[in-house]
Amino acid sequence: MANKVADSISREEFFYGHKACAGCGGSLAVRAALKVLGQNAVSVLPAGCMSAVGFNFPQLCFSNNSIISTFAGTASMLTGVEAGLRARGYKDFTAVGFAGDGGTADIGIQALSGAIDRNDNIIYICYDNEAYMNTGIQKSGLTPFGARTTTTPAGANIHGNIRPKKNMFEIAAAHDIPYAATASVGYIADFIAKVQKAAQIKGTKYIHVIAPCPTGWGVAPDETVDIAREVVDCGLWYLAEYENGGFTLDHKPKEFTDVAAYLKKQGRFRHLSDEDIQVIIESRDRKWEHINKTFSYKNSL
Amino acid sequence: MRPYLREKKDFSFAEVPENTSFEAGYLVSANSGWRSVRPVIDSGKCVGCEQCYLYCPDGVISIKDGKAVIDYDFCKGCGICAKICKPGAIGMEAERK
Amino acid sequence: MKKFLSGNEAFAEGIRLARPQVISAYPITPQTIVVERLSEMVEDGSLTAEYVHVESEHSALSCAIGASAAGARAFTATSSQGLLYMAECLYYAAGGRFPIVMMNADRSTALPWNIYGDQRDSLSQLDSGWIQAYAENAQEALDLALMSYRIAEDKRVSTPYMANLDGFVLTHTYETVDIPDRSQADSFLPPYETDNRIDFDNPRNMAFSAGPDTNYIFKYKEHEGVLAAREVIGETEAAFAEIFGRRYTGLTENYRTDDAEYVIVTLGSIAGLCRETADKLREKGVRAGVVRIRYMRPFPNEEIADVLRNAKAYAVLEKDISFGNEGTVFTNVNSALKKAGVDVKGSNYIGGLGGRNISAADIEKIYTDIANGADGVRFIGIGGEDNGK
Repeated sequence: MANKVADSISREEFFYGHKACAGCGGSLAVRAALKVLGQNAVSVLPAGCMSAVGFNFPQLCFSNNSIISTFAGTASMLTGVEAGLRARGYKDFTAVGFAGDGGTADIGIQALSGAIDRNDNIIYICYDNEAYMNTGIQKSGLTPFGARTTTTPAGANIHGNIRPKKNMFEIAAAHDIPYAATASVGYIADFIAKVQKAAQIKGTKYIHVIAPCPTGWGVAPDETVDIAREVVDCGLWYLAEYENGGFTLDHKPKEFTDVAAYLKKQGRFRHLSDEDIQVIIESRDRKWEHINKTFSYKNSL
Repeated sequence: MRPYLREKKDFSFAEVPENTSFEAGYLVSANSGWRSVRPVIDSGKCVGCEQCYLYCPDGVISIKDGKAVIDYDFCKGCGICAKICKPGAIGMEAERK
Repeated sequence: MKKFLSGNEAFAEGIRLARPQVISAYPITPQTIVVERLSEMVEDGSLTAEYVHVESEHSALSCAIGASAAGARAFTATSSQGLLYMAECLYYAAGGRFPIVMMNADRSTALPWNIYGDQRDSLSQLDSGWIQAYAENAQEALDLALMSYRIAEDKRVSTPYMANLDGFVLTHTYETVDIPDRSQADSFLPPYETDNRIDFDNPRNMAFSAGPDTNYIFKYKEHEGVLAAREVIGETEAAFAEIFGRRYTGLTENYRTDDAEYVIVTLGSIAGLCRETADKLREKGVRAGVVRIRYMRPFPNEEIADVLRNAKAYAVLEKDISFGNEGTVFTNVNSALKKAGVDVKGSNYIGGLGGRNISAADIEKIYTDIANGADGVRFIGIGGEDNGK
């Protein structure tokens, strides 16, 4: 039984033997992307989960050329790697960055913005697990409204994080980047297709992939893929692309699944009141109103 | 091809590199000890659809002769494969310690 | 070829001759001229390099590290707040043994804001693992730029190199400078070769973590690399003299120290005025001498102990203060003497902070003070009751 998606990527494993938690969504994103980009990918990973679990000398888990950057320096090191290899005459390689939500939307956003501004020929993949997981689940700029983290405790006075997620996809797009996309590890074929597409485009490419962290989200390790699908199905995340100045929605759920069910499955949201959930639903609906008005639609799933 | 397990050893002063650069994909410790449950493939039910291969965060599943095969040295027993398997060919069994 | 150039421009000429493949820089006064000139050289084709307009100093050095990891020769330049902003990357470049060269225009650090020269920026980074050189004039600046890569890239060293030029006093002051011939420069400095790089035939994992058992060994080897620069600087300067005819004197430069009783130890562009003052005092019968520290890392422990062994007293004159203690150069010099068992009375003169002028009279007074038994830490001309003592 042939699987077209599996046949379209390398059979080799480039991220192997790592010490990520069982069921880690981030490691799935990195693994899948490298199987698209192959042996000549040069990966840059900042201090964070994937570098912490993959680069402990002498246990070195990337079989392609890979390097850790400073926390803030994913994009700037990618720029340097790409420029350095090009200056030395190499043409057949892909400089790809894998940074988490904190490394992308908080401490690394300046360098990322600079790289997009220069239109450096790199792929930047943000694996978004919605908090600083490596340091023990602290709030980041991509932690969603209501989530309990170790720095946004849920108590009688404050119900977890009081701010919504930044929209990094649209921030990247606002630079008029050649290609930006959102994805979820729950829809791996869609993510793989987007990495394949990015690899064919010259200039800066940004892919934002939701990558659940069972440890931080409070779900069982075998729930990672299901919860990564459900966040799309209930409309709290969306699969889209930005290209040639326009946004395209790649998938429109016929009917959203139950937001409360999605939230209550996860330890980080279990404290939410009905009012809190109502706030989340309203914010989702406003977002979709905007998407339906301004994005074109082409079902790619 | 995947990185393979090397012999574990202590690095002497002379063997420690002069800089922070070393052979890519150099593994000295397995992850098998992490498991409390292990996935077991019923090859009679496995249709070789490769969904488990695509979704495994650790990349430990490969397809041999049309059937899924697991590298137990590096499988952590997360159970994603068992959940994703439509034909129900993967069961999770308690790890005997 | 002789040209009338500022320190920044001379340094840029030296970098052109060194053929960096990637230049990443962010502007900051008084470093700007060096990167402006380099961008012009890239534009007019006299330098083939990728010029990357980064959005911060942190990114400037992070980009240079990436380029160096790709096996390319990389250059950046900064000053003051910029050096402090990129501080994390300084340690990173050194720990990874990436032989990047950076020019730093020595400038005061805020607060209060001030754009003029002192050396508190670079001296605060002595522990970052970089080789640190301090130029006195534009010619030396150019020559350091060319020599820096040969020293940094030597396999025994593999350490990044920071060349410091006093802000404005050196970066913006014009002198006649001899620019080496391009083909001679090429024969002096071969292209960069390293195995500390991305390699598609033999893939590498780089800039990794190392636990307590090996981390310690990596750090020891990093230390050895900086120490190895002692010898390599000597060899490089000998080769440089052979080709270009200009001779440098290693980690220190001594002036009239053979029979000197009173010696000022200093660094950077103020050394010239110290030498003139020593000459003047010699005419009056004072046996004055000057030691100019050219390299703060590796530190010239033996050289300083040897030259001060027979002095009656010395003063360290520096544009720096480690608040709550003394000038950092003084601390280093004292340690050198203590280790060598040299017991000479020393004192520390802090001056030039925020670009404040140090006059010939100030320097003459230092010699007079130490001849009269001065000790401790003094702030030149500070005012107030106690002259900073």
